[in-house]
Amino acid sequence: MSSNTSPLDQNVLDPQVAAEQRKKRIQNSLAKRHRKEKAFRFAGFSAVMIGLAFVALLFGSILAKGLPSFWQSSMTVPVYFDPTIINVGAKPKPIAGETPAHFEERLVAWQTEMGMVDWDALIVNGIVAKDPALESQRDYLNSIYTSSEAYRLRDMVLENPSLIGTKDEIKFLADANVDVWLAGNIDRSLPDDQQQLDLEVRQIADQLKAKGIIENTFNTNLFVSPDSRSSPATSGLAGAFMGSLFMMLIVIIISIPIGVASAIYLEEFAPKNIMTDIIEVNINNLAAVPSIVFGLLGAAIFIGWMHLPLSAPLVGGLVLSLMTLPTVIITTRASLKAVPPSIRQAALGLGASKVQTVFHHVLPLALPGIMTGSIIGVAHALGETAPLLLIGMSAFVASVPATPLDQATALPVQVYLWQGNELRNFFEGRTAAAIIVLLALMIGLNSLAIWLRKKFEVRW
Amino acid sequence: MNLLLIGVLLALVAIAYQIGLSKSRNLAGKGNNSATLHSRPGYYGALVALWCGIPAFLILIIWNLVEPSILQHIIFNNIPASVSATLDEASRDVLIDRVQAIASGFGVTDQPAAYELAAAQQLAKFETIGSFAKLAIVISAGLGGLVWAKRHVSQQFRARNQVEKAINVGLILCSGVAILTTIGIVLSMLSEALHFFRFVSPADFFFGTEWNPGFSTSGNAEGSYGILPLIWGTLMVSGIALSVAVPVGLMIAIYLAEYASPNLRSWAKPTIEVLAGIPTIVYGVFALMVIGPFFKMIGETVGIDINATSALTAGFVMGIMIIPFVSSLSDDIITQVPRALRDGSLGLGATKSETIRQVVLPAALPGITGAFLLAVSRAVGETMIVVLAAGNSPLLHANPFEAVSTVTVTIVKQLTGDTDFASPQALVAFALGLTLFVITLGLNIIALYIVRKYREQYE
Repeated sequence: MSSNTSPLDQNVLDPQVAAEQRKKRIQNSLAKRHRKEKAFRFAGFSAVMIGLAFVALLFGSILAKGLPSFWQSSMTVPVYFDPTIINVGAKPKPIAGETPAHFEERLVAWQTEMGMVDWDALIVNGIVAKDPALESQRDYLNSIYTSSEAYRLRDMVLENPSLIGTKDEIKFLADANVDVWLAGNIDRSLPDDQQQLDLEVRQIADQLKAKGIIENTFNTNLFVSPDSRSSPATSGLAGAFMGSLFMMLIVIIISIPIGVASAIYLEEFAPKNIMTDIIEVNINNLAAVPSIVFGLLGAAIFIGWMHLPLSAPLVGGLVLSLMTLPTVIITTRASLKAVPPSIRQAALGLGASKVQTVFHHVLPLALPGIMTGSIIGVAHALGETAPLLLIGMSAFVASVPATPLDQATALPVQVYLWQGNELRNFFEGRTAAAIIVLLALMIGLNSLAIWLRKKFEVRW
Repeated sequence: MNLLLIGVLLALVAIAYQIGLSKSRNLAGKGNNSATLHSRPGYYGALVALWCGIPAFLILIIWNLVEPSILQHIIFNNIPASVSATLDEASRDVLIDRVQAIASGFGVTDQPAAYELAAAQQLAKFETIGSFAKLAIVISAGLGGLVWAKRHVSQQFRARNQVEKAINVGLILCSGVAILTTIGIVLSMLSEALHFFRFVSPADFFFGTEWNPGFSTSGNAEGSYGILPLIWGTLMVSGIALSVAVPVGLMIAIYLAEYASPNLRSWAKPTIEVLAGIPTIVYGVFALMVIGPFFKMIGETVGIDINATSALTAGFVMGIMIIPFVSSLSDDIITQVPRALRDGSLGLGATKSETIRQVVLPAALPGITGAFLLAVSRAVGETMIVVLAAGNSPLLHANPFEAVSTVTVTIVKQLTGDTDFASPQALVAFALGLTLFVITLGLNIIALYIVRKYREQYE
């Protein structure tokens, strides 16, 4: 009560004092309001900084984990294709009067015989030739290089049997565990029973590294090999890349023409009635449907009902096309809307038909916007994972697909598969490296879109 | 064979276009005076090409769809009933492969049975007849269309109107695809969900508090299918995500719209929006490799038990993902608030922050609510982050530091397992998907309604 009345009293008593006090009060409250203003401003600024920090943290951590995986331990050793080890007859030739089926049977028998050859001995011989001190430890050398290298030698000879008896310098990839050990991705002080490699193998690996026989070379396998379980060191993205490429081609072939056509219809031709209203509401909602629902659609219709093959890029491409369609329609409509009506009126006024107006005048002007929107839609489809899991694309595929009907994975699905691999300390790097490749592709596509927009954009 | 035929047809279509073009030019007479024609020569060409191409391609497509089953029928016509009665699905396929191998001349390695040889002979015969017939019929359809259309080309012929009608029909068909997709989504999920509800009653599904579908190869509904723990997990993760994304996103929008210099705005806005373009699988891996262990470490130093994969980890990372979504939507809405409202408030002596909090934000509230609802719908439908980082434990509990499971995770889990597609364990995914679809659809419709209504208010 007193605080309420006292200024009034003083006011009555002495106007000068009262004015002074009011001024002070206002100053106090102003200072408080300005402090609040500053705090609010600072909160806004911090929010922006937090947002930027998240971007930096995301890219920084992925790059830090992934970049080292672009290099990998390997060794180049002389291999002598020893005829006493490769003791197999000559490649069979077709005999007159034999059916192709019989010939193939003999060919397969020959290939099987080739597969029985002790190819590992050739590689071990090569390593020993490079470092004779290892002669007594031959048994451990099998664990130094990755297991698929023996099959690579076999395939080289199968393709070109004249190699037998010759000598060649060949680069072999170190085993994944050796790579982990040498890269320091495992705690070196762990006791023996927790290490993934025998003590002897670790010592040999360190020795070979010290002598410069094992080197850190650029990981070309990451780009040219498909996924591999038996030989993780060679696992690469080639299969997933081709799978993604096929899917993106299908998305481009299906969703862009259909999307652009329906946008043209809805924006330029459709009469305003209930039907087109329904289509419009429907497209807006379709754009916001969770992507996984499209996966369910694909599983039920393309696989359950139409019996298209599981894990095929064709099905993945169809699902992603349906998912991208609303995006393409919405961006195309926006760029058609941005073309000023005066262009249409001028064309119509000169006697062009409605179709001629749209296709000869409006569409070319809207094209940059349409291309930008379509590329962004395709880039989005490239990164999509969830619907692909539901149509079986998370299966392990050890080959590069040759057609859209072969089994395949996609780049984001490969990321998903690798992050779940048991050989964690090796595949963590691979996962991040795969993410870098995926992000590089997406950034490339988006920059293309931005460049197109900058180059061709017309402001009305 | 088909590729060759398609090539021939395309060439034929090109020729048809040229024929239509040159005939109409001839009609136009000397000096190419196309004013004597109803339409420009290109339209006559296009019309002849359409008449040549469309029927032929339709016949080709139908032929290719029907042919395999006819050929199979021919194979089985030649196999004695005593043999075909004993075949199951797999050995049928083997038999078809063998007969086709013999018919193609590749041969089989063992001695084929007499009926196989007979069937192969018939098959080879019909394959040859079939491919010649296909060639003949498709090409004659193309030629027929060409000749028919060419005959109609005259000065008075309204080619342009016909071509434009065809274009219009094509455009309408294309915009039907979006409708068909929605119908496909609703029908496929509804029918599979109804299958599921034959095993489990809807009441048990929608109000059950235990989720434990079990693993069964018998095709029976074993275990319990209560959706509530999944909905609860979804709400928890989305709630955490929004409590990260909404304050940060809103403050970013306010700062960039009201305070930031044009310079800062021009690079900070697109940089933050980069977050929206990153694939969700990348966020998932980021959560698993960076954020999860970080929270676990913090928990250890503070003395709380925090799981590396938990509602908190998934929600936090999802929040980061949604930040640009909230910030750019709110930015649009805040910049739409009319200048006059701001000027009035500032003119009365309010500070900038007071203007924002007491004038701009209340005016923008409906729009921001719409943005909020859209963000909720995004969070509810998000899959990969929760698949990797939420830990997948479908229990009803309120501890954000422990693992949870969501609707989307469960859809992925139930459909990527080894269960039979027709078993309730797999079918439940469609019931869950339908629930998810309805929830997000509802949120989107309300949000779009609010946003649109708000826009009209100031336009």
